[in-house]
Amino acid sequence: MRTLTESDIEALAIGAAILGTGGGGNPYIGKLHCLQELRGGARVELVGLDELADDAFVVSIGGIGAPAVSVEKLEEGREGYRAVRALEAYCGRKASALIAAEIGGGNSMAPIITAAQLGIPVVDGDGMGRAFPEMQMTTYSIYGHSSVPAALADERGNVVLFREVRSEQWFERLARANVVAMGGTAVGAEAPMSGRYVKRAAVPGTVSQAIALGHIVMAANRAHANPVASICAQERGRHLMDAKIVDLKRHLEGGFSVGTIRLDGIDRDGGTVADIVFQNEFLMFRRNGVVEVCVPDLVILLDADNGRAITTDVLRYGQRVAVIALPCHALLRTPEALAVVGPAAFGLEGVTYTPLAAVAPPPADHPNTPYR
Amino acid sequence: MFRIGVDVGGTNTDAVVMRGRGVLAALKVPTTPDVTDGLMAALAGVLAQAALAPSQVGLVVIGTTHFTNAVIERRHLAPTAVVRLCLPAAQCLQPMVDWPAELRAVVGEHAFLAEGGFEFDGTPISGFDDAHITRIGREIRDRGVRSIAICGIFSPINDAYEQRAAALLAEACPDAAITLSATMGPTGLLERENAAILNSALLPLARRTVSGLRAGLARCGLECPFFLSQNDGTLMPATQAERFPVLTFASGPTNSMRGAAFLSGHKDALVLDIGGTTTDVGLLQHGFPRQATTTVDIGGVRTNFRMPDVFSIGLGGGSIVAGAADAVTVGPTSVGYDIIRAARVFGGSVLTATDVAVAAGRAQVGEAGLLAGVDGALASAAMARIERMLELAVDRCRISAEPLPVIGVGGGSILLPERLGGVRVTRPEHFAVANAIGAAIAQTSGEVDRICALEGVTRESALAAAEAEARDRAVAAGAVAETLVVVEREDVPLAYLKGNATRVRVKVVGDLRI
Repeated sequence: MRTLTESDIEALAIGAAILGTGGGGNPYIGKLHCLQELRGGARVELVGLDELADDAFVVSIGGIGAPAVSVEKLEEGREGYRAVRALEAYCGRKASALIAAEIGGGNSMAPIITAAQLGIPVVDGDGMGRAFPEMQMTTYSIYGHSSVPAALADERGNVVLFREVRSEQWFERLARANVVAMGGTAVGAEAPMSGRYVKRAAVPGTVSQAIALGHIVMAANRAHANPVASICAQERGRHLMDAKIVDLKRHLEGGFSVGTIRLDGIDRDGGTVADIVFQNEFLMFRRNGVVEVCVPDLVILLDADNGRAITTDVLRYGQRVAVIALPCHALLRTPEALAVVGPAAFGLEGVTYTPLAAVAPPPADHPNTPYR
Repeated sequence: MFRIGVDVGGTNTDAVVMRGRGVLAALKVPTTPDVTDGLMAALAGVLAQAALAPSQVGLVVIGTTHFTNAVIERRHLAPTAVVRLCLPAAQCLQPMVDWPAELRAVVGEHAFLAEGGFEFDGTPISGFDDAHITRIGREIRDRGVRSIAICGIFSPINDAYEQRAAALLAEACPDAAITLSATMGPTGLLERENAAILNSALLPLARRTVSGLRAGLARCGLECPFFLSQNDGTLMPATQAERFPVLTFASGPTNSMRGAAFLSGHKDALVLDIGGTTTDVGLLQHGFPRQATTTVDIGGVRTNFRMPDVFSIGLGGGSIVAGAADAVTVGPTSVGYDIIRAARVFGGSVLTATDVAVAAGRAQVGEAGLLAGVDGALASAAMARIERMLELAVDRCRISAEPLPVIGVGGGSILLPERLGGVRVTRPEHFAVANAIGAAIAQTSGEVDRICALEGVTRESALAAAEAEARDRAVAAGAVAETLVVVEREDVPLAYLKGNATRVRVKVVGDLRI
């Protein structure tokens, strides 16, 4: 257990954006909100999965809606608080800790903000280990826990309680319709789980993982160094290529920004062509037409200069990027998980998921050796 | 008709006289602390050089970094009240939450939240409370604050409540200067609010500066219309610049790039603007600088102004050459404007990029004879290094493999080789005053940037409606309708939101009716 500091929050914003794999919304607003809670005197403890009591009562929390709306219609500030309180009232039990539904992007901040207001800890883990577009794509749901009872709160004071749904897909459908009616954004408290279940189903350690990633980038920025190699070393990921975006096709499909990025290799990767398919998040990386990495493994675009994540909404022609891939957690690689978050679930027909092999750590005396 | 373009930079004030496409006179004078004196010296100088009477001039356009510098240096900023129309939303973060503390102290802690925001589809979040706004107006008046920024949620989609609040605040606080955030930029509440606050804080300075410029013109006998150049390379009447000073923030690099386009005749090209310390590289598309899509930091404040996407490297005419022939470095340290004393060719003792360019026979400035002791191998290694730095910088800004022309402007462009990355480099005549030329040739524009729900409307018809509105706005800004061309037309779908909402952006530009 440790207490989250302002510097952790700064780092979390950077690391969570990287784990957002192009989606998940920008953590900037959430970061400011978290910092404000901490500066106002709130203390938030981060507890590891192994520290959770089996009979703990853990609530998953996250914002739902369009990031483009959330940067304009900022939150009232206590949406998450109201959602958790409504869920507690229905369940007749107080939440003992909160856990993120999604560590990737802006949703990394939601549990911290609400935990600060409720005075309870945040669990070091989440339901995705990255960002995914739909609510049933959490490991909580994949391994059999229902998302309901769940509560959705908006900025006006409306709270909608979902008591029963026919399936996780129905929950996603009904919740999203509510979010549109609420003006495009809401905070949801879902899937009240036992500590025992969370220990089994949550992707472990992802809050501290994101914080560590952020610290690597911040240290590299201070030293005017390129953090890409250090990020890959830390995460045992692969630096796939350095590239320039030479074409970008994107359109709207069922509420998703869907498209393809074409990349030309630069510097050492000159002569290589690649493309990335995205649906809010980056789904698949192909080199010379051959699939190399796909969901649920993480395909990430970093700004070639500063190592900051590039999201699908700010992609543009001519951008210089480092493409990296990080292995997802084993919980996302089981048959049950692949049915929900594998390539077929995203309509990538004919693509077979081949797990990205974790790269061996570099020799200890060469901490920054680029390896690929 | 003759037109005068002026660029008031931090160091030099450049002025040109143009007629049609011809540059009749060009001159550089030092910028003076009181902008007006330098301006008058420049105006009098070019008029004399072109042998013109002031009455023959039909238009003066001025580009200035004066307002940007005021923010960066925290000078001349007025205490400003912020009225955010948002309740019950957006209470989680106060206005100016992420500003540098000393800038927030200068502007003052005068933030008010009230009802009056909209949803993304333009329906009210919670209505509007006239009495509340009037109470806020009285409070602002009693605090002695006379600059106000109003920022309503989704005002770029519907500014009705911002307008209504402005009327009520003006009534309660009759001498207040007010900025509406809807006039500042697209969605992104904090960034747009920040822009509106900076604009309001600059309003008194803008009035003083513009009237100083106007007085300078009058004293030179120039009674023609007078415009300022904007961030996007188009112009706005001086009366509008008095109300929207922040829209001039990026006029410097923009004018250089526009001037480069004009001088070279290329509409799609890469522009290298090489000064004493840095090189700015940008991309021209349809004769306008390509715009950055990310937030822009001005003096530590996040804004979402549309600024040119310029990439800078630490290489200029004054960059210091160090090391030996097998490990030479050029820049980023520079002798800067001291080059006319410090560089070897000018009798100084520092080996600069300009010296090695002269030694390599690429440029002829100063006294080549003073370079007798310079190691030839070092000079050619330094030139190779400079070429490589410029090549990489240019390559970064390309957006396709298509070999776009490369244009060099600015005083340091003497460093440029004849070819870069296999493409011939153009260094047009008058390259040193490209920024003043960019000001002189500015056109006028109209822009629409909004989120549309595509319910029962096709994407194409939403774009067509936005284009028609952009054309109307350009004509209202003084454009000749027949000359309008579309320079940007795009739609970006909003992720995670069913109902197919999309952000539509259209911009048209055309010649000014004079």
